[in-house]
Amino acid sequence: MSSDVRFTDFKSDKQPTWCPGCGDFGTMNGIMKALANSGNDPDNTFVVAGIGCSGKIGTYMHSYAIHGVHGRSLPVAAGVKLANPNLTVVAAGGDGDGYSIGAGHFIHAVRRNVDMAYTVMDNRIYGLTKGQASPTSREDFETSTTPEGPQQPPVNPLALSLAAGGTFIAQSFATDHKRHAEIVQAAIEHDGFGFVNVFSPCVTFNDVDTYDYFRDNLVDLADTDHDPNDYEAAKEKILDSSKEYEGIIYQDEDSTSYEQKFGVTEDMSDIGTGAPDDAMDLVREFY
Amino acid sequence: MPADFNWAIGGEAGDGIDSTGKIFAQALSRAGRHVFTSKDFASRIRGGYTAYKVRTAIDPVQSVVDRLDVLIALTQRTIDENLDELHEGSVIIYDGDRSTMADVEIPEGMIGLDIPLKALAEEAGGAIMRNVVALGAACAVADFPIENLDSALQKRFGGKGEAIVENNKKAARAGLEYVHEEYDHEYDYDLETTDNDYVLLNGDQAIGMGAIAAGCRFYAGYPITPATDVMEYLTGRIERYGGHVVQAEDELAAINLALGAARAGARSMTATSGPGIDLMAETFGLVATSETPLVIVDVMRSGPSTGMPTKQEQGDLNMMLYGGHGEIPRFVVAPTSIDECFWKTVEAFNMAEKYQVPVYVAADLAMAVTEQTFPPEAFDMDEVEIDRGKVVDDDSIDEWLDEKGRFQPHALTDDGISPRAFPGTEQGAHMSTGLEHDELGRRTEDTEMRVKQVDKRDRKVETAKATEDLSPREFGNPDSDTLILSWGSNEGALVEALDFLEEDGIDVRFLSVPYMFPRPDLSEDIEAADEVIVVECNATGQFANVVEHDTLTRVKRINKYDGVRFKADELAEDIKATLDAEEDSA
Repeated sequence: MSSDVRFTDFKSDKQPTWCPGCGDFGTMNGIMKALANSGNDPDNTFVVAGIGCSGKIGTYMHSYAIHGVHGRSLPVAAGVKLANPNLTVVAAGGDGDGYSIGAGHFIHAVRRNVDMAYTVMDNRIYGLTKGQASPTSREDFETSTTPEGPQQPPVNPLALSLAAGGTFIAQSFATDHKRHAEIVQAAIEHDGFGFVNVFSPCVTFNDVDTYDYFRDNLVDLADTDHDPNDYEAAKEKILDSSKEYEGIIYQDEDSTSYEQKFGVTEDMSDIGTGAPDDAMDLVREFY
Repeated sequence: MPADFNWAIGGEAGDGIDSTGKIFAQALSRAGRHVFTSKDFASRIRGGYTAYKVRTAIDPVQSVVDRLDVLIALTQRTIDENLDELHEGSVIIYDGDRSTMADVEIPEGMIGLDIPLKALAEEAGGAIMRNVVALGAACAVADFPIENLDSALQKRFGGKGEAIVENNKKAARAGLEYVHEEYDHEYDYDLETTDNDYVLLNGDQAIGMGAIAAGCRFYAGYPITPATDVMEYLTGRIERYGGHVVQAEDELAAINLALGAARAGARSMTATSGPGIDLMAETFGLVATSETPLVIVDVMRSGPSTGMPTKQEQGDLNMMLYGGHGEIPRFVVAPTSIDECFWKTVEAFNMAEKYQVPVYVAADLAMAVTEQTFPPEAFDMDEVEIDRGKVVDDDSIDEWLDEKGRFQPHALTDDGISPRAFPGTEQGAHMSTGLEHDELGRRTEDTEMRVKQVDKRDRKVETAKATEDLSPREFGNPDSDTLILSWGSNEGALVEALDFLEEDGIDVRFLSVPYMFPRPDLSEDIEAADEVIVVECNATGQFANVVEHDTLTRVKRINKYDGVRFKADELAEDIKATLDAEEDSA
């Protein structure tokens, strides 16, 4: 790991096809800065992306990466990390990927608490399929498939995480560059599952949850006396639907990662050319 | 006296049937006798009937037969369920004091031994040992030296303290003595012992052991009958070698966890049964198109849907050969016996990495939950070789960088196989994707590159066909006009069926095929035969269809899909009937 890595080293030479002004640009830049600032380089970094506009992130970044199946980025990322705990692993996806088709994996990834970061580019809309309701869309948000709005409450991903025993729960805003990069860096450095819900506005299909909306309504917890180690205070913020919070909402300082609990420390790729030396012991167990 | 001895204990689920059966099987194995076990999980009638059956002989046994010599019946139903297999002179051990057994009817010609199992167990230290009293009684009937039970009791109860072991030994002897004192029947059995050392294991355990031997360090799975034993075997063992087992939230997660570990460079595996294979079909395509080496074990059970979860079937072949949307090569190896479960798993890992493909290990319930004895040399670890294929390191990566210094994980090569760089390799950073991609692994819809990548992936199959020994296992008379083909766990029953056929003057050639894809070219073998019969446990003849497709020749079929494995004697009759029908129509 070299200390002179710049965030642009994490950029591939492929030009993004996101719409001009898409929040995903800022989200990705922040992730790259966070990786560089926490001392990583492309050869020890593994990015796991889902499907959707957000899923393209692996293509535009330069690192080891996989662009997987819709909704399944988290188990892939956990598999990578457990097989080689020396790697820094970042999973990135969208609100549909993480909270709809992948909601089951989200809950269990939080519970498992593998040491990795998970950034969800939450634009409250399905962008790649041209504008249908997502699990975080507002109840009255009219789309082509929900002409009268979904008529269901939006998912509260922060609350899901807290209920599942989350050890790091944060929220950021894609164009608040400095804060976003700081928060993602904290998620990467957290000893466990660092979850960041990133407000990443869709300028093409969502005219409600816009940059202006977030600028007007965002409360940065760094400007308040919020203590992220205070579970009750975090719970209150997470269940407060009257505001949009930015910052680390909850962090369990005593978090023990899955790898630590199970003593998974080895790079598993390192095996010999034959069976382990004492493998006949396995046979003799069957006497 | 027949060369083999068939024994069973049956009762209600919860009667300790499995552990009692296992103790007896282990005692026989430790006494240097070959053993083949099978389990009846559920009833042909209704209710919680369960039985554990043991076939034993001095020579190897690899099948069940339709004959039961000694039955420990804890319920009347146990007798009813096994009437077909009991014969004149069969011994039925039961406890007439048990209220449900008070009015027991011993079929005519059979010997009923009414033994106060519970009372004798209580005298020895506790009613819980009543099955062990029955084991002692069985030793008396079978003329099996009771000392052989002791080490099996030690293995089973040693962890609970020496007193418990001693009580059990006492209980067994009480059963033995009761038979000697109260009954004076002549029994036609003499279970000799030998000095041979055998190990006793089931197919799931053999798969798990094969995985560890082959360097598998990561396993993710979701519990499902009859594959759970693989996961239970690995848990607590794989850690000794620096590995880890994850119990995933579902099969979708299991295969994705395994995929992630494989991308990170670990030899990685998941095991499931049909319903899990359905779920994994989604990620299977990603594994294949990203050219990720992965071993996926399908321990087949009766389907579709929930089907008959504890019953035998080989119904997933089509799913493994063709499952998933689009077209992509995958390998399917099918172990044909319990020891082959070990070796084919080792081979599957090598194939997965040499050709960078997902490899299905197609096992089935009949081998997975059946225990069989083998000499330990059958699993000679010195014979295990690990071939990781085209893995590049910091030094050798140079030749695979493009003019801009970018690594090409899907480089177009003559043999279709591209280089692999594990994460952490300098200059190796690259992208993998389920999208069609170029040599760099980046999305493309370029028509030429699409065709080149499809052809490249298909070339791996041609390379494998030219490189690997895909020969079938051959049995019987190589010059016979009758050719039997089969796959999976039917091999044992067929091999024994050949002996029954030989007694009737019928000789056949039997090829047991362990490679479903790529698979051997059987054209010449089929051409050389007058009759070809394909034997398999499914209704539609999935393997027979493949054989017909490959060789453009119609074959005869013997299909069994009632949920019960083939038995050697029954199979011999089926083969005779098939041949007779052919003669009649000729």
